[in-house]
Amino acid sequence: MSTSYLFPAAPELLLILSGLVLLLVGSFKDHAAGARLVSTLALVTLAVAFFATIIVTPGAAIYAFREHFVLDAFAGFMKGVVFLGALGTLLIAQPYLRQEKLERFEYALLVLFSTAGMGLLLSANSFLALYVALELMTLPLYVMAAFKRDTFKSTEAGLKYFVLGALASGMLLYGISLVYGFTGTISFTALQDIYAAGDVRLPIGALVGLVFIAAGLAFKLGAVPFHMWTPDVYEGAPTAVTAFFAAAPKIAAMGLTVRVFAEPFGAFVADWQQIVIAVAVGSMALGAFGAIGQTNIKRLMAYSGIGHVGYALVGLAAGTERGVYGVLVYMTLYLFMTVGTFAVILTLRRRGQELERVQDFAGLSKEQPLLALAAAIFMFSLAGIPPLAGFFGKLYVFLAAVDAGLIALAVFGVLMSVVGAYYYLRIVKLMYFDAPPEPFDKTIEPELQAVLVVTTAVTALFIVFPGPILGTAQVAASALFP
Amino acid sequence: MYTAIVFLPLLGAIVAGLFGRIIGDRAAQIVTCSLLCISALLSGIALLTVPFGEPFKVPLATWIVSGSFEVDWALRIDALTVVMLVVVTWVSALVHIYSIGYMSHDASIARFMSYLSLFTFAMLMLVTADNFLQLFFGWEGVGVASYLLIGFWYEKASANNAAMKAFIVNRVGDFALILGIAAIFLVFDSVDFDTVFAAAPAFAEHQIALFGVTWSTLDLICILLFIGAMGKSAQLGLHTWLPDAMEGPTPVSALIHAATMVTAGVFLIARVSPIIEYAPVALAVIVLIGATTAFFAATVALTQNDIKRVIAYSTCSQLGYMFFALGVGAYAAAIFHLFTHAFFKALLFLAAGSVIHGMSNEQDMRRMGGIWRHMKFTYAMMWIGSLALVGVPFFAGFYSKDLILEAAFAAGGVGFYAFALGIAAAVMTAFYSGRLLFMTFHGKPRASEEVMHHVHESPLVMTIPLGLLAVGAVFAGYLGLPMVADDHAFWGGSIYLAEMERNIIYLAHYVPTWVVIAPIVAGFVGLGLAYVIYIQRTELADRLAERFRPLYQFSLNKWYFDELYDALFVRPARQAGTFLWRRVDAGIIDDYGPNGVAATALEGTKRVVKLQTGYIYHYAFVMLIGVAALVSWFLFVARG
Repeated sequence: MSTSYLFPAAPELLLILSGLVLLLVGSFKDHAAGARLVSTLALVTLAVAFFATIIVTPGAAIYAFREHFVLDAFAGFMKGVVFLGALGTLLIAQPYLRQEKLERFEYALLVLFSTAGMGLLLSANSFLALYVALELMTLPLYVMAAFKRDTFKSTEAGLKYFVLGALASGMLLYGISLVYGFTGTISFTALQDIYAAGDVRLPIGALVGLVFIAAGLAFKLGAVPFHMWTPDVYEGAPTAVTAFFAAAPKIAAMGLTVRVFAEPFGAFVADWQQIVIAVAVGSMALGAFGAIGQTNIKRLMAYSGIGHVGYALVGLAAGTERGVYGVLVYMTLYLFMTVGTFAVILTLRRRGQELERVQDFAGLSKEQPLLALAAAIFMFSLAGIPPLAGFFGKLYVFLAAVDAGLIALAVFGVLMSVVGAYYYLRIVKLMYFDAPPEPFDKTIEPELQAVLVVTTAVTALFIVFPGPILGTAQVAASALFP
Repeated sequence: MYTAIVFLPLLGAIVAGLFGRIIGDRAAQIVTCSLLCISALLSGIALLTVPFGEPFKVPLATWIVSGSFEVDWALRIDALTVVMLVVVTWVSALVHIYSIGYMSHDASIARFMSYLSLFTFAMLMLVTADNFLQLFFGWEGVGVASYLLIGFWYEKASANNAAMKAFIVNRVGDFALILGIAAIFLVFDSVDFDTVFAAAPAFAEHQIALFGVTWSTLDLICILLFIGAMGKSAQLGLHTWLPDAMEGPTPVSALIHAATMVTAGVFLIARVSPIIEYAPVALAVIVLIGATTAFFAATVALTQNDIKRVIAYSTCSQLGYMFFALGVGAYAAAIFHLFTHAFFKALLFLAAGSVIHGMSNEQDMRRMGGIWRHMKFTYAMMWIGSLALVGVPFFAGFYSKDLILEAAFAAGGVGFYAFALGIAAAVMTAFYSGRLLFMTFHGKPRASEEVMHHVHESPLVMTIPLGLLAVGAVFAGYLGLPMVADDHAFWGGSIYLAEMERNIIYLAHYVPTWVVIAPIVAGFVGLGLAYVIYIQRTELADRLAERFRPLYQFSLNKWYFDELYDALFVRPARQAGTFLWRRVDAGIIDDYGPNGVAATALEGTKRVVKLQTGYIYHYAFVMLIGVAALVSWFLFVARG
């Protein structure tokens, strides 16, 4: 038996092996120095995993591990995005951990293991693989939420996340067992083959199972009505962890959701479309209205994230290749905007203290015009104002929805993005038209600078160079619709 | 050359307006003045070459081509245009130079010079237009420039109000003009002068049904055009903006509200003579309105105390003369009067400006008096201007005004009405001119010691333009006589008469002798009366005012036109506006629209926040309810 069947999983194996090695390295090194070394090596590992993903991603799907693992263009694209997200958020976490005296080498390891879980998740081709990978992704997240373990808020966040996450996992497992019971298989490929042939209705029990699975996935996405944990966890977790939550796991969960709906249940669009539309409408509305009343920027970003998941789900609701294409573009651009926004939040400090209130943005333009400009670009982009990247994300999903005849849904989405624009623009207004009560700290750490430059450039210049993202997203989307 | 005449002022306006801050005030003055002087010089050459010849065009560019609607930019050069070019550029050049002195203490000289040049360009565009749309472009251009110049001192609330009033009242006229142009396009399928004029005779009997009434097409068109002309030329009904426009700097009054913009209406009617000759009703209306305006404005001028307002009403009155001349078919006489009037009225305004400048910005004649010793030159200039206005023999106004009155008499019919009111107005014109002179320059000084101490003659840069205009005020009449020759040869076809046997200018030579002498007598009577009342028996003025109190009040309050309009239009409009604002906009649209939505959003957000209790079991409960709801929906609704 050759080792070539391990080849498609190379990036994930790299992450796991590297994590194990770095665990040893960290254990034998001094506290702070060890943490720094481990972090640096973890960053390198993530970068290598990103490039490895590009290399190993094939033109046609490759199956491995007895068809529990699949590597196709879709998985490759999503893994690339997720790894980039993990890389970016780990990078901006470095100065934060230094400043908050949280320099423990486990942080980078948790990121590595969780990211490995995401990679496996995106390549899952059976419900068993899905569940195992999901837990591998999520367990480190619970720990990370409580990473600032000497504060009440952080531990509370970790505990809440864990309890509710366990409930969601329970639902997911229950759903899987129902599907298995009524169809006799847990393999995505097998499910697809069974129902590909003509006019078969999904057994009612499997349909209930599908609802439960959807609920479990929606929990990971933070979509209504399974979103309740996000504001509390986003606020309570250390800011760098929040950035990671907002970027990587959310995108991985979105990739998984798309695959589950499009592949094993691809024949039942009419059935799951109802769920997705309901969840999308609820998420868009709650994201828009919920954020208005928020005074904490992290809570605000939580609602913003709920809203954005809603918009992305509009694309999925279309149930077409164009819709999935829209979702991929949307999530990719969302990654850059979100990581950029969190980089701004992590930069804002006054006398060394981190600033979390929305009000704290007041007067930023007077003291740090470039940072304010970057923040304004992210806000305008998140609000979906042309010519910035966020506009195109929304454009593609709404176009797909209109194509699929979901005109009311698209109109509702546009209306909600108008409401949502309010709170993004309020931040711009605060930065540019209000006076700062006290001066901000002037220094911007080099890691933050780098991330800010890259994310701003992508957000602002997407309209000029849309090719790389659009092209690969097109290939990835078509992989799900052979 | 003609392109240069029109566009040099625009160049000046651009340079002074956009780069005024960079090049400085002095440079802006030099650039605009010298460009206008060149333009004026070229216009002078044009005056020597163009009249008596065939009209021609200078094409510039294609403007709009849309179906059968084709409009080109082109300059139409004929005698009528050239006379207007001369009036506009000469007066404008002198006003530009005068402004150097008059505005020397102002903070934004470059802006002022830029506006003046911009105005001149728009006016030149108007008079050189080759089609109605281009004319309208110039028409609106002078409207904008006039707005800017009247409101030049924008810190003053009264100046802003006056600027708005001028603009809004003119909108009424402009609206009619647009309708007129649209009607022309509807009927003639073209807005090109040549095409329309050539087709006009064929439409003489044409009729059009509108609001259930059958109208003569050409009458309707011409009345609409005339309403447009009334707005710009401040004829009765749409005149209220002109006196208020005196809030602008005095050079502006001289240029715009005496010599050029207000004569645009006269020019328009003369320009469309090939159409209006076939619109007898419109002509009669023009005579009636013109004559009434001449009379009305003269009566108001009798009692005004602001030196510039007196001259403003005098302008209004003289424009009335021009219009009834047009109405009786004496187009040449009207343009002739326009030509002479431009010189002596600009002279009067600039001389008044010189007085105001010398009296530390005092404009009220009741606080002047006895200053002729201190400003002898201005005094002399004011006399020349007034004599020309009154129509004393051999001054410019004598030739043109007499001819107009004779023509009105010769025309008969409504002409008699015009003649009678014209003679009455002539007496009053002489009276208020004398009043102005005597109150301002003679008698005991009524100004404070301090002001009297400062009274001084104006600098050369102001007095030289006065002198040049005075030359015009004296000789323009005699030199302009070829314009009103019987055979109309001067105009080279630019003024059209339907029937040569109804040539009013020719007939005007054969009126009874008393008609010829009447205006002259009227002038001397008026001046004599003014002398008696304001020099010999000064107490008479107050006693007369007391005796004829209702009449005096009626005149002093300008026939209550402003009050009437206020009650008829302004207040109802305000009430309607307030109603729409308070009840409809704020009450319905805002409450149910933006504010309502925002309030609902806020309410929604409060509820969402309330849901977020922080208790895990609440969150878990919501998740389970969510799943339960979705499952039940699938089981009972979707698959039911």
